[in-house]
Amino acid sequence: MQRDTPSGQRPKDVYFFATCLVDLFCPEAGMDAITLIEREGVTVHFPENQTCCGQPAYTSGYADEARAVALAQMRLFENDWPVVVPSGSCAGMMRHHYPKLFAEDPILKAKAEALAERVFELSEFLLNVLKVQWKDSGKPATVTLHTSCAARREMGTHVHARALLAQLPGVNVVTQSHEAECCGFGGTFSLKHPSISSAMAGDKADALKETGAEAFISADCGCMLNINHTLQKRGDAFQGKHLATFLCERLAAKGEKA
Amino acid sequence: MSAHENSQPLKFIPASEFKQRTSEAVSDELLRKSFRGAMDFLMAKRATQFPDPVALEAQRGLAEHIRKYSLAHLPDLLEQLERNLTANGIQVHWAENAEQANAIIVGIAQKHSAKLMVKGKSMVSEETELNHAMEAVGIEALESDMGEYIVQLDGEKPSHIIMPAIHKTKQQIAKLFAEKVPGASYTESVDELIGIGRAVLREKFMTAEIGLSGVNFAVAETGTLCLVENEGNGRMCTTVPKVHVAITGIEKIVEKLEHVPPLFGLLTRSATGQAVTTYFNMISRPRQPGEKDGPQEVHLVLLDNGRTQAYNDEQMRSTLQCIRCGACMNHCPVYTRVGGHAYGTTYPGPIGEIISPHMMGLAATHALPTASSLCGACSEVCPVKIPIPDLLIRLRGEASHDARPGHAPLVGQGAAKSALMDIVWAGWAALYTRPALYRAFGWLATRFRFLTPPMQSGWTYSRTPLKPAARSLRDLLAERKRK
Repeated sequence: MQRDTPSGQRPKDVYFFATCLVDLFCPEAGMDAITLIEREGVTVHFPENQTCCGQPAYTSGYADEARAVALAQMRLFENDWPVVVPSGSCAGMMRHHYPKLFAEDPILKAKAEALAERVFELSEFLLNVLKVQWKDSGKPATVTLHTSCAARREMGTHVHARALLAQLPGVNVVTQSHEAECCGFGGTFSLKHPSISSAMAGDKADALKETGAEAFISADCGCMLNINHTLQKRGDAFQGKHLATFLCERLAAKGEKA
Repeated sequence: MSAHENSQPLKFIPASEFKQRTSEAVSDELLRKSFRGAMDFLMAKRATQFPDPVALEAQRGLAEHIRKYSLAHLPDLLEQLERNLTANGIQVHWAENAEQANAIIVGIAQKHSAKLMVKGKSMVSEETELNHAMEAVGIEALESDMGEYIVQLDGEKPSHIIMPAIHKTKQQIAKLFAEKVPGASYTESVDELIGIGRAVLREKFMTAEIGLSGVNFAVAETGTLCLVENEGNGRMCTTVPKVHVAITGIEKIVEKLEHVPPLFGLLTRSATGQAVTTYFNMISRPRQPGEKDGPQEVHLVLLDNGRTQAYNDEQMRSTLQCIRCGACMNHCPVYTRVGGHAYGTTYPGPIGEIISPHMMGLAATHALPTASSLCGACSEVCPVKIPIPDLLIRLRGEASHDARPGHAPLVGQGAAKSALMDIVWAGWAALYTRPALYRAFGWLATRFRFLTPPMQSGWTYSRTPLKPAARSLRDLLAERKRK
């Protein structure tokens, strides 16, 4: 699955859709994602009125509420620029589920489909659209990669993130057991079925830690928060980092402003 | 051996009880370990059968198409099947629900003054709780599939649709046989255990008046019933007793014989990682004059039991594409952790979560579709490409709302309706559709983060509390601009 912009041209401007989790819980990851795009000479626009993609209501069966919130986001991207999302799960929502959400309204459905075409998950955008070529400037490091289920199955992020990390010769990526298995977050699932969700999160934390990596990397804040807070409750210092943050550190681009 | 005691019928599962059962299941270390091991084994076996992802996609596409085509022509194909089966001498019966199906089968057994029915593996007969109905009229119903035999002996229900006794360890089975099978001594040798079961069953095959089986594919064009199995007990049940009764759901139909091989190939590979099963039975008529074996009478019971409700909805119809391979449960991270019994339904796992609401109503089953992280592992491996996560979302919506205008209500429609949740989601939508309000909320949540509650419902069950960052992304961007 290799997508480019509909025109196939390298964009000069992009929209950044931060997602509600990044905005309030992982803002550093958002800043780092913006830095990674800006250092490629692309102007990042952050529509001030953005809130949430609507996924929590959508997956809970509250389609009307999800539609209202989705519609409020769809109005934010007037120019024909790519929309970059630092989360495979939220990008998947906008790319695959917005058209379904508006299936019964031909005009909105067409709008949702047109938007879906230019929604990119961050690592996909860096790799396939900006075609980044990086120079690693960090010390040798061993990490493991956890890809969210929506990122993997809807956006192919496991392939893109791995390809980006492979550009960094100092980074050794090790694979955890049951790599493709869900970490148990699942949005409201973690609240509705805490015992099942916790069992899954615990197993995932074990698998990541057992690799012997110094940290795990994830391109999704939902999974990262789920696994990190599970590890914190155990008093474990092993933690995950957002892919954008890790990349910025490796490229010595942290806090860099284009 | 006396008549086996069966587990009590489990018809109604309150949501609260479902949560209770799953909580117990995840803290059962032995259960967790044995399911994880078994599912890992099955996933690895399946993977070896599909080395080429491009070829697999082509096969899945074809299988999906065959199933969709069959369902699109379901009423016509069912009539055609009935005509051709009847012409072949097979008697066709229609059952709207479990009670009717059981009454039909009890009636056939009584007509023949049967005392014993041997059963090949049939999940539809589990669905109707046929064994109870038979025993209520004094007819012994004995499971002859080894896994089914084991769970019946222990008064349990299957925990997996393909491997009914997958939850049991070798040691547990050894103990069970030593206690319940007359004359059997304790052994942990698998060969010896199977030998014990076989010795019991051989005797029963010879004396049973009726054999029961399921059906994997019913071919309308030829009037043929296809039965997939490994142990040969299916062939015994369908050939040795003088009467053979097959039971299946109305959806298990295909039009042409040539539609069977693509489905069969995916079924066995997806289920047990076998390219082919040991037995593939094609049943098309009773014993003919001059033939030396085979039943004198063959019956087919076609069961609806809520399937029509799924059929009537364009999206939910895809539920009926299922060929019952069980790959969705083998790959499900929830099923792997709670096991099959926690669901409390005939069909556990992802397929159970989407089909049980049609069979049992949403009042009894509305918790099931919520027991998923929507990870999509199920639909990724489904050989007929059922969009399981989409259907789970749909059922969550139907359970928490009245029927939409122009749509017939489902059985148990709105069973999980909650005024509180309606307010929560209305409030959520109000916040996220009003950017100024959301910004104010974000400002407060970050500045007053020390007020974050230490207990956060299910989240803090095994995690430290979620706390907003000191500054939101939009604050950081505004600060950067000022610099």
